[in-house]
Amino acid sequence: MKALLRQPAFAIALSVGVVLTILAIFAPWVAPHNPMEGDLLERLMPPAWQDGGSWQHALGTDVLGRDILSRLIHGARVSLAVCAFAIVLAGGIGSLLGIIAGYFGGLVDSLIMRVVDLAISLPMILLALLFGVLFGPSFINIVIVISLVLWSQFARMARGETLKVRANDYIDLARSAGASSFHIMMHHVLPNVAGSLIVLATLQVGTVIIMEASLSFLGVGVPPPLPAWGSMIAEGRSYVVSAWWLCIFPGLAVMLTVLAANILGDTLTDELNPALREGRR
Amino acid sequence: MLAFILRRSAEMLVALILMSMIVFALGRVTGDPVALLLNEYATEQDRAEITRQLGLDKPLVTQYTIFIGQALQGDLGTSVSGDRRSAVELVMERLPASLQLAAAALAISVIIGIPLGVFAAVKRGTWVDIGARIGALLGQSVPVFWLGIVLMYFFSVTLGWLPTSGYGEWRHIVLPALSMGLFTVAAIARLVRVSMIDALSSEYIKLARIKGLSETAVVWKHALRNSLLPVLTYMGAFFATMITGAVVIETVFAWPGIGRLAYESILNRDFPVMQAVVLTMTLLFMLANLCVDIAYAGLDPRIRH
Repeated sequence: MKALLRQPAFAIALSVGVVLTILAIFAPWVAPHNPMEGDLLERLMPPAWQDGGSWQHALGTDVLGRDILSRLIHGARVSLAVCAFAIVLAGGIGSLLGIIAGYFGGLVDSLIMRVVDLAISLPMILLALLFGVLFGPSFINIVIVISLVLWSQFARMARGETLKVRANDYIDLARSAGASSFHIMMHHVLPNVAGSLIVLATLQVGTVIIMEASLSFLGVGVPPPLPAWGSMIAEGRSYVVSAWWLCIFPGLAVMLTVLAANILGDTLTDELNPALREGRR
Repeated sequence: MLAFILRRSAEMLVALILMSMIVFALGRVTGDPVALLLNEYATEQDRAEITRQLGLDKPLVTQYTIFIGQALQGDLGTSVSGDRRSAVELVMERLPASLQLAAAALAISVIIGIPLGVFAAVKRGTWVDIGARIGALLGQSVPVFWLGIVLMYFFSVTLGWLPTSGYGEWRHIVLPALSMGLFTVAAIARLVRVSMIDALSSEYIKLARIKGLSETAVVWKHALRNSLLPVLTYMGAFFATMITGAVVIETVFAWPGIGRLAYESILNRDFPVMQAVVLTMTLLFMLANLCVDIAYAGLDPRIRH
């Protein structure tokens, strides 16, 4: 970890990640204004450093006079929460299925992996969009939709890693000592495959944030008035000529977050598992 | 090789059937397509009549069989909104625009991405390499729809060089194709860089150099040829990116393709059109992946078994 921190890119990315997480968790206390209430008399105010701007609203206000900075901070909360839940859900289910497939092999393995192949061969974004529209935008739905897209990669990786672990003598020893399959999977396989799965999860953070932003942009993300970066970009789109800050700041927020996540993921990959890089999409 | 193609085609068919079932089921369990066709003065009788006309009174399995039977004859129903046009016709009308956009994005990715990766690998550790890597990292972190808006603002609104939207002339395709291609340029450049670095330190490259081949021939012919396999593997992910890109970018630039049609039909709950678009996109996606698999198997005999 110390060696990692000596890489400036990693250290900066980690700090960005930590700051964002803190901002997201403490959003209601950190944000200067209520992100959902605006003053129509103060609508479309430019950022503070431009003519007509004020430090009251450092990054300006939107069409309804809501403070952009506060909406961005609360947006971080939405993005990171969707990300955390989706990765835990998809990672949990995918890894479990992958470990089961790799551990038992045979029919169970072929069955699970066929489903994984199918999931990978379908353009999941269309299903996600369909699902989002049909079941209505809500926090839980967007988490489910994103998990549907993600789980197959975790299953694939968990299976591959389990196959490697399974070849070890200690697995046979545990079995001859009378340990149940469940016990072996939980206590001997999982700890040994967890490292690779965590790296994969880090690599997915950027993908999930962009996916969440895209779905919010298309109007099937977290429902308004909750601020999400994607829907802020969509709202600001028609004002890009007269009020560029509506659209530019949330985009920069997405970019910064994804950049930090990608740098962290790449560095961890190189450090812990160089072979993984080949399979990176 | 033939066995390989047959096996992959069979798998594709299964996936396509599954997709049709999912789309069909999602379309039936949620929303009420009949309500969209009725006006406020409609009676219960009208409702029953339309339900019968659409075949919605039959059991789901029967409905699905009818749906598949008609689909095989190229009939996916008519749009429920507006002029009730044939869904397949609507998709076919919009398809060329999307294919043009994808082809342009692919061309940009390959023409910029591959040389960028090669230069970064050859000049490893220099500012060229660092610049290319930073560029690639940024390119993979920008949301495409936002990039589209920023490019539009800069090149169309501020500089006035290119139109903000529209379709027909070459000038119209530049911005959407650039926005869609940048992410894949970055991805391809990274892949090529990594595999070129591997290739350049291998034995056969040393041999080629000892033989006295020019550096250009060593890099661009011998090393590059072997570094392109990972790019081919990436193509599967590329097509997935293109589909997502098609939906968001076509929406941003008002590009008359099937991505926007997909979005519009989903928003309008226009089930026949939605089914037609989703199935067409799935089919295209799978065909593209099949071609990649075949090319890959052709180049690397180990895959075939």
